Amino acid sequence: MSWFSRDLMAAVLAVAIVGCSSEDGGSGSDAPAVDGGPVALRRLTTEQFARSIHDVLGKHITVPTRIDPDERRSGLLAVGSSFAGVTPSGFEKYEAAAAAVAEQALDADHRAELVSCEPASASSSDDVCAGQFIEQVGRRLFRRSLSQAEIDRRVEVARNATAVLGDFYEGLELALSSLLVSPDFLFRVERAEPDPSDPNRLRLTAASIASRLSFLLWNTSPDDALLDAAESGNLLDHDVLAAQVDRLVSSPRAEIGLRSLFSDFYDFRQFDDGLVRKDAALFPAYTQTIAENAKEQTLRTIVAHLTNGGDYRDLFTTRNTFLTRNLGLVYRVPVVEANGWEAHTFDQDSPRAGLLSHVSMMALYSHPGRSSPTLRGKFVREVLLCQNVPTPPANIDFSIVEDTMGELRTARDRLEAHVTSDSCAGCHNLMDPIGLAFENFDAVGAFREQENGVTIDASGELDGVAYDGPIGVGEALRDHPEVGPCLVRTLFRYSVGRDATLEEWPLLDFLGERFAESGFRVADLVREMVLSDGFLTTSGPREAEMVGAEP
Amino acid sequence: MKRRFDRRTMLRGTLAGGAVSMGLPLLDCFLNDNGTALAQGAPLPLRFGAWMWGCGMNPDRWAPTTTGEGWALPPELIALDRDLSAGGKVRDYVSVLSGFDVTLDGRPNFPHSGGLVTTLTGRVPEQDGVFVEPTLDSVIASEIGGATRFRSIEMSATGNPNQAYSREAQGLPNAPELSPAALYDRVFGPEFADPSAGPFIPDPRLMLRQSVLSVVKEDGDRLMQEVGTHDKQRLDQYFTSVRQLERQIEVLLDGPPDLEACMRAPQRSGESLGTEVGQSKRTNELMAELLSFALACDQTRVFSMMFSAPISGLRQAGSSSQHHQLTHDEAIDPALGYQPEATAFVLDSMEAWADFVEKLAEIPEGDGTLLDNCLVFAHSDVSFAKVHGIIGIPMMVAGRAGGRVKPGVHVNGNAAPTTRVGLTLQQVMGLNVESWGALSMKATLPVSEILV
Repeated sequence: MSWFSRDLMAAVLAVAIVGCSSEDGGSGSDAPAVDGGPVALRRLTTEQFARSIHDVLGKHITVPTRIDPDERRSGLLAVGSSFAGVTPSGFEKYEAAAAAVAEQALDADHRAELVSCEPASASSSDDVCAGQFIEQVGRRLFRRSLSQAEIDRRVEVARNATAVLGDFYEGLELALSSLLVSPDFLFRVERAEPDPSDPNRLRLTAASIASRLSFLLWNTSPDDALLDAAESGNLLDHDVLAAQVDRLVSSPRAEIGLRSLFSDFYDFRQFDDGLVRKDAALFPAYTQTIAENAKEQTLRTIVAHLTNGGDYRDLFTTRNTFLTRNLGLVYRVPVVEANGWEAHTFDQDSPRAGLLSHVSMMALYSHPGRSSPTLRGKFVREVLLCQNVPTPPANIDFSIVEDTMGELRTARDRLEAHVTSDSCAGCHNLMDPIGLAFENFDAVGAFREQENGVTIDASGELDGVAYDGPIGVGEALRDHPEVGPCLVRTLFRYSVGRDATLEEWPLLDFLGERFAESGFRVADLVREMVLSDGFLTTSGPREAEMVGAEP
Repeated sequence: MKRRFDRRTMLRGTLAGGAVSMGLPLLDCFLNDNGTALAQGAPLPLRFGAWMWGCGMNPDRWAPTTTGEGWALPPELIALDRDLSAGGKVRDYVSVLSGFDVTLDGRPNFPHSGGLVTTLTGRVPEQDGVFVEPTLDSVIASEIGGATRFRSIEMSATGNPNQAYSREAQGLPNAPELSPAALYDRVFGPEFADPSAGPFIPDPRLMLRQSVLSVVKEDGDRLMQEVGTHDKQRLDQYFTSVRQLERQIEVLLDGPPDLEACMRAPQRSGESLGTEVGQSKRTNELMAELLSFALACDQTRVFSMMFSAPISGLRQAGSSSQHHQLTHDEAIDPALGYQPEATAFVLDSMEAWADFVEKLAEIPEGDGTLLDNCLVFAHSDVSFAKVHGIIGIPMMVAGRAGGRVKPGVHVNGNAAPTTRVGLTLQQVMGLNVESWGALSMKATLPVSEILV
């Protein structure tokens, strides 16, 4: 199908749908009809693995974290998960983790919460009770009901293990392990089925929709209510689906979903991996506690702002935040609360406003020993505006910089030296005028007037809007026309685990318009998106790419 | 001496009978004679390893000026002058390969990844940093890694879990061990069958774990029927990984390794993870020691170590610059003719390489040392990092590979593709491969100068 006819078809379908949409508060959608892109297995991220175990098997469980690291693709772990696999060393760790988890889940203090039946004898096998446990827990872990064969084989494992170990619950541990290392648990399986209303199209099965929804909004496996709705088939009914979306969005657990979402967007995993390190001699006050607090400050700010229905764009200008005493030292503001968090509003004359002025962002997008206007500018371009910055040319000529190093005292001086070179200027001009406006924040995000004894010039320009300093760049970003559409695109990729297909672009444009009409309310965007074809339909399983093709 | 009984068969029989009693009298007949029996007859295992450092070197200061044997140590290889406790110097066990190039066939030179991906997979990448083919160590591991408890052991001294050196098919990263203590636990933890620990009693749980694995393989078979071709490949990888764990369990059921040099590694303290150069060197050294004991016990035959990442984050305490930054920003000192601060990290890297080689030479094995039965490939991602040079990627080979390679030689490739080295390494490791790489990077001739 050509480009033209594809667009035309989308337009025709859009008109058709608009014609029959209802106006009664959103039970119908006037989103353009599209065929969603391909589905693929999605390996649970480290966080999803731990959350699923905690939700299904008990919060008391210590879940091993270092298994196979999540892979980032197209700027998201959520996309990387559609490509991630299980390596030999990864599987070895998954198996050890499963044994450790199963032991804790079924220890003497907690087994009663998980095993609803009483075995005939604690020291011998009981197929009925084992089968009941496997059926109940397996449904939550596999995010669908198990087949009889899947249950029976595990009852057998439990029976044999009990015979050897002489303990019903130890036998059950092995059966539970077999659920936890199964590809049906480690991978989210998204299945397609013909759409009864149009057998030429494929839609996701109800169970697959339940998982997509649950991981998007709570970043964990679906709960029983959602699985019930899926397995009864009702979830395919628009109103039922909308009601489940509302239930999940309005739950306190939606905060988890927001945190996971923005942690992935902003690559906050680097804090979790302890990689936001700074040179101890240059920044003696910077500690692991400050790094962790800084990340938490930003996430709290986002959650508070968005769950209050705030305009997404105001995240880049808001002076409202939360601080601990440790952070108060870096921001040089008093914090009354001795232990824990308190709400704080930066003064009007403070250089701080918006997420980008947070210690978290400034420290993350810096080197261990110095700030990086380039990394900061690249972050704004790529992550917040969804604009691609090309990789630098391989044969970079730095000879301009070389002889005068001693004279280049500030980052601006050093970067301007790059930018006088044509091969560098094209890209650096995209990044540096943004990043240089943050130069008053050093590599740990502390405020400074000077670098190496020279007063910092924090002026800059973003796509025609000039500013002086971090407040101004935040305002320019807030009003940038791409900031809303970029969130739509990123949220979509995060939800479906892949880049949007060409065919889905009209849908994303539509969602972008609706997002603007709603006053950039993220909850409204989420709701509109998950009820759209992009979320609910698919072109089928992803096929392997040709690799190693000759050019 | 041949073993008359297969412990596994016996135990399986016992388990199938339902009641399991594995008393000592039954098991006495399975005990080996403390590791010497098989070692005397069987050949010692041959091991392959890779060791990489980031951001290259200064070509004029790194490559020897003469080829063949007896070359004078160039300034950046001075670390190889170190004496070994078993006699000789590190340089006697190392061959230097200079003048081997990466040719891109018109594709862009992605900084720090173009040369690396091509050298390790034989193919020029089409996207920045994206591997589609397995790396050399994985290619070799998939051939020879199946015999041991661990198919391969990946290590990193960067402290970053998200930078993997080793890649499976489709570029799937083999996550490295970052912490020497974690590596110790993995290899020498409670599961390790210590040859000096007295009578060996296999843990009956091992067979129960096998039963778990057979169930999940059935799950995978069912899932295989429902997914697209791309996911089939991913599930294949999952199956390979399950089979490797099955193999691991079989090895554990077999009891202590029958190798004279095998003993539990010493436990060391003083671990500190990070990219401050002292931290990375310490991690490298601790891991090299653990690895040497693991190899002596034949726990694996393939390994890799990323000493520093391609965009090297090595730094000196108190400095605002990292190695990679310095290679681009630091001026070439007109008097010295090189970048002094950046070059200091090259010297550090070469010292770390010497540390690694030295540890392998400290374990006596057969008539020599463990190093004699190893083939270790060291290389960087670029030559001169300032311009992301891929002409003359620095490479070295250490060890004698059981007498198959000749150490102490300097070979100038005269612009031959780096894949000739990869081809040579595969052939030395016994892989039946006649050519390797694509287009200009297709290699058909091994580097015969280092072959015996």
